[in-house]
Amino acid sequence: MNKPAHATLSELDRPNSYIGKTVPRPNLDRLLQGRGLYVSDMELPRMAHVVYVRSPHAHAKIVSVDTQAAKQKPGVVAVVTGEELADVITPWVGVLSHMKGLKSAPQRAIAVDRACWQGEAVAAVVASSRAAAEDAAEFVAVEYEELEAVTDMRTALDSATPVIHASLGDNLAFERTFDAGAPDAGFAEADEVAEAEFIFGRHTGVTLEPRSVVADWNAAEARLTIYQGTQAPHMVQNIAALHLGLEEAQVRVVCKDVGGSFGIKVHIYADEMATYALSKLLKRPVKYVADRIESFNTDIHARDHRCKARVGVKRDGTITAFEIDDLTGIGPYSMYPRTSAIEANQVVNLVGGPYVTPNYRARARVVFQNKNVMCQYRAVGHPIACSITEGLVDLAAAKIGMDPVEIRRRNLIADDAYPCTSPAGLRFELLSHHASLDKLLKMMNYDALRTEQAELCKRGIHRGIGIASFIEVTNPSAAFYGVGGAKISSQDGVAVRLDAQGAVVCQTSITEQGQGSESLTAQIVGSVLGVSMEKVRVILGDTDQTPYGGGTWASRGAGIGGEAALQAAKVLRKNILEVAAAILQSTPAELDIANNRIVNAGDGSPRIELPELARIVYFRPDTLPPGIQPELMATRHFVPRQYPFAFTNGVQASWLEVDTDTGFVKLLKHWVVEDCGVVVNPQLVDEQIRGGVVQGLGAALFEKCIYDERGQLTNANMADYLVPMSGETPDIDVGHVVSPTAESELGAKGAGEAGTAGAAAAVANAVNDALKPFGAVITEIPLTPQLILTALKRI
Amino acid sequence: MTAPHPIALQVNGEHVEAYVLPRTNLADFLRENLKLTGTHVGCEHGVCGACTIRVNGEIVRSCLMLAVQAHGASVETIEGLSDSGEISDLQEAFRARNALQCGYCTPAMLITAQDLLKADAEPDRERIREHLSGNYCRCTGYQAIIDAVEATARARKNSDEGRAP
Ligand code: FES
Ligand code: FES
Repeated sequence: MNKPAHATLSELDRPNSYIGKTVPRPNLDRLLQGRGLYVSDMELPRMAHVVYVRSPHAHAKIVSVDTQAAKQKPGVVAVVTGEELADVITPWVGVLSHMKGLKSAPQRAIAVDRACWQGEAVAAVVASSRAAAEDAAEFVAVEYEELEAVTDMRTALDSATPVIHASLGDNLAFERTFDAGAPDAGFAEADEVAEAEFIFGRHTGVTLEPRSVVADWNAAEARLTIYQGTQAPHMVQNIAALHLGLEEAQVRVVCKDVGGSFGIKVHIYADEMATYALSKLLKRPVKYVADRIESFNTDIHARDHRCKARVGVKRDGTITAFEIDDLTGIGPYSMYPRTSAIEANQVVNLVGGPYVTPNYRARARVVFQNKNVMCQYRAVGHPIACSITEGLVDLAAAKIGMDPVEIRRRNLIADDAYPCTSPAGLRFELLSHHASLDKLLKMMNYDALRTEQAELCKRGIHRGIGIASFIEVTNPSAAFYGVGGAKISSQDGVAVRLDAQGAVVCQTSITEQGQGSESLTAQIVGSVLGVSMEKVRVILGDTDQTPYGGGTWASRGAGIGGEAALQAAKVLRKNILEVAAAILQSTPAELDIANNRIVNAGDGSPRIELPELARIVYFRPDTLPPGIQPELMATRHFVPRQYPFAFTNGVQASWLEVDTDTGFVKLLKHWVVEDCGVVVNPQLVDEQIRGGVVQGLGAALFEKCIYDERGQLTNANMADYLVPMSGETPDIDVGHVVSPTAESELGAKGAGEAGTAGAAAAVANAVNDALKPFGAVITEIPLTPQLILTALKRI
Repeated sequence: MTAPHPIALQVNGEHVEAYVLPRTNLADFLRENLKLTGTHVGCEHGVCGACTIRVNGEIVRSCLMLAVQAHGASVETIEGLSDSGEISDLQEAFRARNALQCGYCTPAMLITAQDLLKADAEPDRERIREHLSGNYCRCTGYQAIIDAVEATARARKNSDEGRAP
């Protein structure tokens, strides 16, 4: 399957070829010894701390904010209202022009006149310590007049429901309808039609380090330095400059260690904007670290969808049509700058994606509510689309009495059908659904497991097997955000240079939050240059230091940043060989680089060490032949151009046991086969998959932000909002099929979100499989004991 | 009651004296007063385990203990355990197995795992999972952590047997 372009890589299978090898990530000792530097650890001279006073109401008029008493408290530097801060920072509207019809209202850093969700900031207290700020915050007197809260997405569009933003006319943020093929004819020719309403719990990312920012406006330099755990430094630079009335050159964004991101930290939050503005206003560094309650109330939520869906199937297993009607509530504003319509849009794009079925009808509606904002979180839309599609496929199989594997085999796009386009218009370069499914069945020993299941069932032990095929968007081009007018780069850049001692310094615009961006960059650069990884130092996360680029999100680091690294390293390699040829009175073609030295291409015998070459170039250029100007630094950028996205595919399986007396689900085992093209570091990819799966398992069984009808989040703490812990998590076996993308020489696609995409679907299908003897079907997650016992009619 | 209170304690073998507010918890004292930022704070109410340290040899959640309660105690944090070399093999196993991604849970995971390994030289996977079940990790999915702890237990046992009298 390898395209000729990949041949160049296999030629590099020399001592320093790290591509495809498991090597430990560089610089892990820093984190292992507690010597990392997270933003929450940072301190700067004159730094003050901000605490936000937040609305206790989901929807309320702010009648007055009295800051006098708070200002008198010890240590207080300033108490600032929304109105006061509005002089420093302008409001924003979270829309993108390519999301046709998407509307939202102007949002402010700190609310003015009205609070639209429980947790929206209404005043800032800045003090010498966080404790002092918290103490003083108690004395900020805010008078509210409570307004009716719009909380139920199902009634948000009713005429009796108040409109949250009068200027918008209604509570509809976005609507998309889509028809492909002949859905009516598809359903008409079906022997059976299965339908269900799929319900997804609103959940959130729970990064272990809460969102943190230190903003440092240096009035003498007229420059703002933002230290923030962000996935997209250049995006933050652009947005901060835009709304503070600065040039981008006046804003530097620095991203050190980040305690988990998962999409939570790819957005720009109102309180972060407020912190930048406060630093500018007060001319000193200001630090904001969310506490856990604030994290639950303000970190973006995701996945709050209800989707009515149906599928038509013929008795021979042919799926004739899919239809969905999806509804989602996104909170009072479309999030900035990526907008909150993307998830629903992705659901429309992705339902039915792995299958050949040409007939598809979809509607998605996105409505405003007085709850926390929803936006993109790991695997955006995919878990919804996958749960709907795979749930429907299992329902269809049950209707016609076919094994879930068999129905998939009959409908998955054939492995030799590529390139092809899905009914929703997604272009697939090369996928491997069937090869992946075959591999999965082998890994899990499917037939034996079915036998075991049947045996156990006779003894009253109810185990289930769930399968979920999926596709995943990775390596996004400008089609995601750029075309809609957002200044979010889809290209990434890498600069590589040989330093004066023959070591390599590499600056990349992708960022690190633990995925292994630093490692994959060093692996690629080391491989191409022929130097050992230890000699490659990678600099990331600093807008003053790295080329311009998008950062790390939407599974793009390896595929886009990795290719830029490869291309930059190739140029540097060529430049080094030219200098070497001049020094050695040879030709570049006769030379090679291996093990940190120039060698003869023919027999590998050493010619000159890289440190010696560097010494000559930097300190004795006078000894080089005339006319030679060595360039021991090279920069390259990359963005995919042929395909808007590099789709990956995979399939997951879950094996679990349902206790039909207690409703508890015990996860016994989970398998994933995943095709992300060329794998740069197998261990890192597998760990991305595992981590992603476990976040999907959380959605399947535990995680839900529970709001009451007044818009109060009732479980905004870690004790009541459950996530998977080590005791509940099964071992996860990961396998790979490799279909490289030919868009890049590297051939890598993304892997960071695939685990999350399909995990919940596999678990839900397994639970329904276990419940089959009882005739119970559940199409809602999280699958709590209560839900299961209700379905079993035990409560 | 709210006046700073004098305390004296050992932190990573160093004698420390300080005045602390009675309400200051030990995690904040270590991070803010002593700048030992390897102790992380994830929830501040005893749930996530990220702030786990050792006090008088026992693991505790430092967000649930007041600094004044540590008066006279011997406190060990990830910085101390790293410098003494006590957990270097465990750290190496974490590194080799990529048992950390963002690293925010890692110091506490290491300290909690070491606590288990001191008490039980041959824990099986279930036992390891159970002992670590109070420590959140949002990145790894736990399997790599369990593998690393298991591998360390095995390696320690082998080297002990090698040293048998
Ligand atoms: S911070 Fe102490 S347990 Fe979470
Ligand atoms: S490695 Fe990030 S929380 Fe465990």
